[in-house]
Amino acid sequence: MRAILIDDSRAIRMILRRIMGQIGFEVLEAEDGQQALDILAGMDGAPELALIDWNMPNMNGLEFVSAARADKSLRDMTLVMVTTESEQSQVARALAAGAHEYVIKPFTSDALIDKLALLGLVPSGANV
Amino acid sequence: MALSPTDLAFVANLVRRESSIVLGPDKEYLIEARLLPVARETGAANVADLVARFQRSPDARVRQRVVEALTTNETSFFRDREPFRALTETVLPELIAARGSVRRLKVWSAACSSGQEPYSLAIELQRALPPGWTYDILGTDISTQMLDRARKGEFSQVEVNRGLPVQMLLEHFEREGAFWRIRAALRRSVTFQQLNLAAPLPSLGSFDVVFLRNVLIYFDVETKRSVLRSVAKLLRPDGWLFLGGAETTIGVDDNYVRVSAGRTSAYRLRSGVPLAAAGKGR
Repeated sequence: MRAILIDDSRAIRMILRRIMGQIGFEVLEAEDGQQALDILAGMDGAPELALIDWNMPNMNGLEFVSAARADKSLRDMTLVMVTTESEQSQVARALAAGAHEYVIKPFTSDALIDKLALLGLVPSGANV
Repeated sequence: MALSPTDLAFVANLVRRESSIVLGPDKEYLIEARLLPVARETGAANVADLVARFQRSPDARVRQRVVEALTTNETSFFRDREPFRALTETVLPELIAARGSVRRLKVWSAACSSGQEPYSLAIELQRALPPGWTYDILGTDISTQMLDRARKGEFSQVEVNRGLPVQMLLEHFEREGAFWRIRAALRRSVTFQQLNLAAPLPSLGSFDVVFLRNVLIYFDVETKRSVLRSVAKLLRPDGWLFLGGAETTIGVDDNYVRVSAGRTSAYRLRSGVPLAAAGKGR
């Protein structure tokens, strides 16, 4: 399976890349929502999963989620916000825009994998 | 024997070095409870002895077991998932059919720690029971400190990240400062009581479902047997007992039979289960 990691922090992308690699995902990376859309537009078939930061330059995570939901070619991609934004209203906004899950930073690898297991993207009980 | 502050600091430092997880002074209970099985496994007399032995001769395997015990096995919402799926898909439909006249269920979460399990049960029951049904959930634990936390129903970001689908977070919690608090309606559906499972149990009424998970592992065989006998007296004849994945009644108490429950196993009273259903568990 493939995942696109969308985060302007190189350090966070590195952590996510390591976790996702350990559970067998191939990984693509983008620094913001717009770059992610550009990468996805050039691909044959969307990845199964996008892990999306909220605050990024050019196009933020919420805007990316809305754009991805509106794009038929991306409709099978599971959208998971991974962000420090933790107000209840923001979680609700992300879900309303079309995000499937929400992981609040800081997170542990177990917590992320748990969420992916809820979405059926890794076997329940997988661990790194 | 309780751990000294020096021993606690030693363990906390070890865990921080190995996992970056910080165990504050309030984690004394967690450290002692989690390390007891490790002490037993490694032949130490108790947790203090485990720490003393490790300090004398640091063994990499023991170090790993200690760190794992304190980091990877934290309680979480819907922990292990399958027992909760079995509850909604197998157990509740049967109980709903059987309790149509009273329309009330009683569930016990034994050794409930900071409350994630009883609140997860409350979320499932609220979702699955037909209109007009009520339920009582009792959460018990030996630690009054844990029960105080459970009663408050306040959980950190890290805790709500674990195992809880975000829709449920929005539906059943509200943000209060740095914490997420279980909404009052759900909080009221769970009562908490201090209880030592290894001592004679008080009268708690009888239960349709008992979750007694990951607690028998802390006890020797005699205590396990005595706890299972006490629980058998509190379980309705057609009730269900869920144990942790590494626990069983087999070879300990033959009042129970293991039965399939969805993709996992549960235990029922031999006296209350039709013969055809007995022994079907995996």
